[in-house]
Amino acid sequence: MWAVLLLAVVLAFAVVRPRGLPEATAAVPAAAIAIGGGLVPWAAARDEMIMLGPTVGFLAAILVLAHLADAWGVFAFAGGLAARASRGSPTRLLTVVFAIAAAVTAVLSLDATVVLLTPVVFATAAAAGVRARPQVYACTHLANAGSLLLPVANLTNLLAFGATGLTFLGFAGMMALPWLAVLAVEYAVFRWFFAGDLATPARPAPVEPAPAPRFALAVLALTLAGFAAAEPMGVAPAWIAAAGAVVLAVPLVVRAPDRRRTAWEVARATNPLFCFFVFGLGVVVLALRRHGLDDLITSLTPGHADLLGLLAVAGLAALLANLVNNVPATLVLVPVVAHSPGLVLAALIGVNVGPNLTYVGSLATLLWRRILHARDQPPATSAFLRLGAISVPACLLAAVVALWVALKLSTVL
Amino acid sequence: MKVVVWLAEGTWQACVDAAAEVAPPSASIALLHVIDPALASDVSDAFAGLVGRGTRGDPGAAVGAAAARAAEQLLAAAAARLDRPSSPVRRTGRLEREVVAAAEGADLLVVARDGPVSRLGPRSLNPPTRFVVDHAPCAVLLVWPTAPPAVDTIPPPPPHKATPPHKAAPPKKAAPPHKAAPPPPPH
Repeated sequence: MWAVLLLAVVLAFAVVRPRGLPEATAAVPAAAIAIGGGLVPWAAARDEMIMLGPTVGFLAAILVLAHLADAWGVFAFAGGLAARASRGSPTRLLTVVFAIAAAVTAVLSLDATVVLLTPVVFATAAAAGVRARPQVYACTHLANAGSLLLPVANLTNLLAFGATGLTFLGFAGMMALPWLAVLAVEYAVFRWFFAGDLATPARPAPVEPAPAPRFALAVLALTLAGFAAAEPMGVAPAWIAAAGAVVLAVPLVVRAPDRRRTAWEVARATNPLFCFFVFGLGVVVLALRRHGLDDLITSLTPGHADLLGLLAVAGLAALLANLVNNVPATLVLVPVVAHSPGLVLAALIGVNVGPNLTYVGSLATLLWRRILHARDQPPATSAFLRLGAISVPACLLAAVVALWVALKLSTVL
Repeated sequence: MKVVVWLAEGTWQACVDAAAEVAPPSASIALLHVIDPALASDVSDAFAGLVGRGTRGDPGAAVGAAAARAAEQLLAAAAARLDRPSSPVRRTGRLEREVVAAAEGADLLVVARDGPVSRLGPRSLNPPTRFVVDHAPCAVLLVWPTAPPAVDTIPPPPPHKATPPHKAAPPKKAAPPHKAAPPPPPH
């Protein structure tokens, strides 16, 4: 009972964020209470944190890497590329944005797409005289749904990667088909849903070609190759991402007029409080799992990775992700289905695609944001919600069927 | 005469050109641009959905700032294209409601079609524009953003409505009362 209360407090704090305080403000003391109050033995909590260590380390490294890629002009370059490739057509711009958002999410993780790519895409559309709604929503949707391909694309993938027993390339191989299926479904839904906006004629404005940040792009490509190459040798992706970040950071800091400030900004991009939050949340969820949640989830999840089993697990994962947010949902689900790699991948489809349904990550967040918005301005349009209601069930179904096919074809699992 | 020109992304040039053509030299021209804050707020919400990231670096704020910059550029470009005295009007809110409110007291509202412009028909107006045309409290000049499509883009009338109802053969029903045969006299 106390464990439920602790998790509820941690999640409620993360939703409300009173006075803009970081989420770790509640998560870390809650974890301390869980350990001090005997809900979790110290040894188990320590093991959980050791297990989370490489994931959190990678998280910090990839956040810095994305920040540095932005500082090197990678996102501005991508925007210029999209503008030129679209040649003034809103539909072509949507297609290019889909490709860029899917690539950025896969390599630099979903944070990069939401935080760094979305504003660039808006500015690109505005400069091209195109109504930006479809392209901007594409970024936010693909940040979640497009994060299936690589273990590094989403915090949820990193949390579950160990349980799959797959290699880096093995994971990508299994998830390639579901990823492509999701992209295809999302693209079809977007073309239909935004047919009106996409049909608005635009007058193409001349676009100045932005110089390609070759050094940064080369470092990113090497980092990506490094993830795949180093992992069989037992080198965690966190080290590769950190190495890539250092290579990008050093010239930037050395050349900066105010070195101390630039270095401070790079360090701050690791978002250490977020890392503490993940540790705290891991311990609090562990407390809940040890007090009945594991049994409950086990009774709800099927044991076999047949098509129905995969569908049920993906559906349950999507439901949980919308109830409590996808990171706690992953922490809860993955240990229960860890006996079957196929089910772990199905759970990942659910927690990655599912959040687009309530688009703010969870029902509680949605309700709270509605209350907030109702105070200062009329409630926003429900376009985002309708879009999610159409695309999420279709994406889940397509991705699970694709995963089932991939499992049938696979020789690895 | 007071003319309000609604400038929307992609189609504003046609509205400005039309206003320049029809507005008499004495007319006062207001160049209206509306920002719908829902887009930036939805991006903020999507960022809030990433649990645990804190409140720093909200991309919704960046999108909002970029929208404001783009609006200023658009208003400046429109004023330059009009090339006669005009006043910019900036509004924030739901597009259709703001445009209707801004047209209050005006004599003419210039609006462009913004849906698929490959054929004539109601789809050439997206829902907000349809709302504005339907609710405008003044005369509306509805322009095509590109050369209007040919009349033969209207699909042929469906067969069962080939003849307009008022010319169609009268449906089978009792003859109108004044021509009806008098009821048989009672025995």
